[in-house]
Amino acid sequence: MRRALVAFVAGVLFAIGLGVAGMTNPNKVMSFLDVTGNWDPSLGLVMASAIAVHVVAVVWSRRAKKPIWGDSFAIPKGSRIDARLLIGAAIFGLGWGAVGYCPGPAVVSLARPSGATLLFVGSMLIGMSVYSWAWLPRWGGVSRRSDTLRLEP
Amino acid sequence: MLDTGASASYAPVMSFTPGSAVIGGALIGLSASLLLVVDGYIAGISGIVGGLVRPKRGSVAWRVAFVAGLLVGGLFLVFAMPNAIATIAPGIPAILVAIGGILVGFGTRLGNGCTSGHGVCGVSRGSPRSIAAVLTFMATGALATFLVLHVLPRLP
Repeated sequence: MRRALVAFVAGVLFAIGLGVAGMTNPNKVMSFLDVTGNWDPSLGLVMASAIAVHVVAVVWSRRAKKPIWGDSFAIPKGSRIDARLLIGAAIFGLGWGAVGYCPGPAVVSLARPSGATLLFVGSMLIGMSVYSWAWLPRWGGVSRRSDTLRLEP
Repeated sequence: MLDTGASASYAPVMSFTPGSAVIGGALIGLSASLLLVVDGYIAGISGIVGGLVRPKRGSVAWRVAFVAGLLVGGLFLVFAMPNAIATIAPGIPAILVAIGGILVGFGTRLGNGCTSGHGVCGVSRGSPRSIAAVLTFMATGALATFLVLHVLPRLP
């Protein structure tokens, strides 16, 4: 219960961070990716700033035996760069660059929904369902086991 | 054409906002750190949301709590920063929005992460997989944005 409360607070912080950074505006995300047009480097700086802060927590987690309120760190251990990783990232990038939404800002934007936002999030959930219910059981193979081990990157 | 509820033009010009980028980024880093240090979880939104599509026993509560936090944080933005949440540019056709959503949903799950999980958490760990993923989705993202902003409008 208390771990879920921490997750809730982290979610609130995450959403406010995205909003303050301007990342809940898909046009601003696309203006970062628009390297041949009117390039806006803001997104790159958002990532750099987030990483600079998070590195401290990563260093701490490597020294600690376990998280404060958990039994173990759910950190992915794989380091193999395989086709699945690169193809998945490439597919994600195409959708991200076409519309300007990645999963975080899309979910946060549901707080002020528009037809386009709802359509995007609905389609994203369909894409995730296709993966979990169709692709993974059928073609996941060995990766299915590794998917359980490393649920997130 | 979708009613997007905003008056954004097809490709509005955005200016570099270093101050808010650094502050917002720091809050995102703080959020990911809280989740890692206290709970031991990775703040990867695609993994958190994707894990709810086919839930596994014991990993539902914290995911629901995190997503609820995202929505409550979003409501805070609506009241405190009314212009923060903007919608997709009205010139982007609905069919492209739907295809984009499917690609983002499937691609992030296949590639085990998105801008948060790979981009922030993975890169912070120095993970070679995450660095490769970020370079890949930045490249295909730039390609897709180029096509949508500079090629699509010129099609007859």
